[in-house]
Amino acid sequence: MMPASMIFQMLIPEFILGLGGMALLIFGVLSKSNKFTACTTGAVILLIATACFVIATPATILFGGLFQTSDFTRYADLLILLGAAMALILSVDYNKREDIDRFEYPVLVLFATLGMLVMVSAGDLMTLYLGLELQSLALYICAALARDELRSTEAGLKYFVLGALASGLLVYGISLVYGFGGTTNFAALAHELNRGPAGYGTVIGIVFVLVGLAFKLSAAPFHMWTPDVYEGAPTPVTALFGTAPKVAAIALLMSVMLGPFGHLLGQWQMLIEILAVVSMLLGSLAAIGQTNIKRLMAYSSIGHMGYALIGLAAGTEAGVQATLVYIAIYVVMSFGSFACIIAMRRGGRQVETIADLAGLSTHNPGYALALAVLMWSMAGIPPLSGFFGKLYVFSAAINAGLTPLAIIGVLTSVIGAFYYLRVVKVMYFDAGNPNFDKTAGGVRFVMAVGAIATALLVFIPGPLISAAHAAARALMG
Amino acid sequence: MQVALSHYLVVAGLLMVIGIFGIFMNRKNIIIIMMSIELILLAANINFVAFSGALHDLVGQVFTMFVLTVAAAEAAIGLAILVIYFRNRGSIEVEDVTLMKG
Repeated sequence: MMPASMIFQMLIPEFILGLGGMALLIFGVLSKSNKFTACTTGAVILLIATACFVIATPATILFGGLFQTSDFTRYADLLILLGAAMALILSVDYNKREDIDRFEYPVLVLFATLGMLVMVSAGDLMTLYLGLELQSLALYICAALARDELRSTEAGLKYFVLGALASGLLVYGISLVYGFGGTTNFAALAHELNRGPAGYGTVIGIVFVLVGLAFKLSAAPFHMWTPDVYEGAPTPVTALFGTAPKVAAIALLMSVMLGPFGHLLGQWQMLIEILAVVSMLLGSLAAIGQTNIKRLMAYSSIGHMGYALIGLAAGTEAGVQATLVYIAIYVVMSFGSFACIIAMRRGGRQVETIADLAGLSTHNPGYALALAVLMWSMAGIPPLSGFFGKLYVFSAAINAGLTPLAIIGVLTSVIGAFYYLRVVKVMYFDAGNPNFDKTAGGVRFVMAVGAIATALLVFIPGPLISAAHAAARALMG
Repeated sequence: MQVALSHYLVVAGLLMVIGIFGIFMNRKNIIIIMMSIELILLAANINFVAFSGALHDLVGQVFTMFVLTVAAAEAAIGLAILVIYFRNRGSIEVEDVTLMKG
């Protein structure tokens, strides 16, 4: 039994987020004036402090297996904190201009981030459920943040209804797994399921859990909410949705599927393969007809989740490593692209169609180059980082004997290249005058970080690859 | 007649199916969707309590307490979102939630 002070030390990252969020909430409520900027700055500082403590915390198992930290959770935690911090930086200027600069927003982001850290570190189905709900409940409110705008409230409503349905399916599945497995603890479940072939009840439970998590991950065919929510929510909130929750969902999916249900690989592998194939196809085909760039990003993220799932379908240590590398690259590309989308503002109003980018290259070459690099990388064109992400997952799939999956992946990324390159073509070859307003410093910073990291990863891939390798080894043990 | 574990599971399964159908078949009112979501969570709760009794293990009942709490929070947030939606749209018909499509 560990003394209480030791337990506290291990949980410092979570305590910082939880108590810090509450402190900011009290501060915001008691202030006479609007403290949005102060609260957002405070939240970003808290996220950075959390990241420092996440790095310093050693691998451990707490509360009889309810909560665990390892190299795997550290990797995912850092990505989540990075995504959340970037989304907050993007929100400062945007929220003020759109008149949604409420101090509750950074507080909600902190609580959502806390939920994601708990999800990733879950060692028990109970912790998994509570972390997932803490994340989801905070994000429902964020989607409806612009409460005087019909589009945003409709996005919030749709996200809530489908998200709550997914949580319901998940908890029903958990109840079946508990009933037929006899426990909710991951390690004990793995031991129990290892003893013989799984019964029908357990398998049905696992399928429900998988469906619930696929909803949160927006993997097709459970993606229905994604385009509408991405389009309707305020853009910094969309940037948040496109980064941190995706990392949390895929990390959770990996730790659940390869942890307690790892022995049943043969039974769920096919389901993950189907999710991956449908997501890749839908992500590349449905995006072709889109004119709104936020909807385009929604379909793009569905497609990317398909590629990330390939590594999980492989079910090997190399596969997990490939997925982790892919998701890290995806997060960086994603917040960079959303910074470019937030910069699309003309005459004080946000514009969102791809045609609005026409002629950008002559009027603002730096901005156009950043977006072009990000789009090329998303399409998977070497030597940009997106190419290496895809290379990793495809080679992991081939080594695990899933060659058809890799072939479908290559074909869909060729189709997907069409719409990414169309954005570049509109910027560079179509005549027009975008005449965008001056971009705020924070947005330019995020844009530059995203584009430069995407372009230069090829020169220093070492740290990312070795971190992902350590994380995969910690998960597969 | 003895009430066995299987009876509880059947009731929970039926509640679950009614909840899912309530969400997808209902073309009328969003409040009904919220009620359906509650039904699904209650179905899971019945499962948990029934299994907890059958397994002589308290974890299921602890889990039920958490699910009840989360369900309350979820209902509060859902109704709040519904209120701001109604203020903007003037209707909570399911068929009217169609501003964005495609």
